[in-house]
Amino acid sequence: MNLFKYASPQTFYPLAGRLIPFFAIGAGLFIIYGLYIGMLVAPTDFQQGDAYRIIYVHVPAAWFSMFLYVVMAVYAILGLSLNAKLSFMMAKSIAPTGAMFTFVALITGAFWGRPTWGAWWVWDARLTSELILLFLYIGYMSLQAGIDDTRRSDRASAILAIVGVINVPIIYFSVKWWNTLHQGSSINTSGSSMAAVMLQAMLIMALGFWLYSAAVILTRVRREIEDRARATAWLNEFKD
Amino acid sequence: MKSRHKRIAIIVAGIALLAIAATLLLQSFQSNLVFFFSPTEVIQGKSPNQGNFRVGGLVVEGSVKRDGTKVAFQITDTANSMNVIFTGILPDLFKEGKGVVAQGTQGADGVFVADQVLAKHDENYMPPEAADALEKAQQYNANKAAGEDK
Repeated sequence: MNLFKYASPQTFYPLAGRLIPFFAIGAGLFIIYGLYIGMLVAPTDFQQGDAYRIIYVHVPAAWFSMFLYVVMAVYAILGLSLNAKLSFMMAKSIAPTGAMFTFVALITGAFWGRPTWGAWWVWDARLTSELILLFLYIGYMSLQAGIDDTRRSDRASAILAIVGVINVPIIYFSVKWWNTLHQGSSINTSGSSMAAVMLQAMLIMALGFWLYSAAVILTRVRREIEDRARATAWLNEFKD
Repeated sequence: MKSRHKRIAIIVAGIALLAIAATLLLQSFQSNLVFFFSPTEVIQGKSPNQGNFRVGGLVVEGSVKRDGTKVAFQITDTANSMNVIFTGILPDLFKEGKGVVAQGTQGADGVFVADQVLAKHDENYMPPEAADALEKAQQYNANKAAGEDK
């Protein structure tokens, strides 16, 4: 099997079109099931009561805000090193979804912080680095949109995406490296410090968010392929 | 050298440089990124001498004394502790033996006058019954250990 068969927009476009419905339906099912387990089946927490339930949206959203950034940076590296147009289109299509998850993580975090910590927002290392992540996404999207020439906008924004990836381990390890108000990770290499059913609900939600990301990003990349093909088709009419 | 290889080499070198720059940057940030100081650090003089800073640790069991909206309590990092006074509404999760971060200034008498008190919770999530069972098991083990000592 040729691994690079789907690396060109022409073959990737119909494949993505066939996959999107499965991802979309899967996303809907997993998110509904995850919310059902998280909101109705999982028990209340021994110290936070019901306030902790925002974790089922907050933590998966935060995971995907970081994970999607890494994926975006990998596509940026592929795009720059292999000069692959589809990679640039993937990176561009990931950014809005990553930014959305970052925003959701910050907002749900504020709503969680108010009743538990006693503050909507504090400038600790975890919260500040996550806010920087949002700015990086916005910066990437502005740079993409700000340069008219596609080739140049792809390359310039790819460099920003790669530089910014440094921030991801900072976010992840901030709670370990520095004194923060934000608590540490409940899940790490030595296991989880959550009750089993709580963990289950969170992982189901994460799976739902993953499928949602796939569906939305593939839809966006198809639109991008259409736009760019249209631009060439339009130019070709004038060429001869 | 093919141009593709050259490009990859430039990117790899660029990433390596960035990683070094980030490491250096982080190292210099290390001290500034601290959200709060522990009582031990305050005693060692690592906290700012003047102005606002934050002290974090656990609320000492039995140290909370309320008088209307005035609250006095002690913050400990198990090695050292500090007296804190605060006027205002405490967050719901403020409890003896639990994490807390107080922001304010330290008076000449060593008492920390807080203008904001935040509760710091941990990363453990479990149903109340499980927490009860855990506590009982810990007590049982502690009693057993104490019994063996005799």
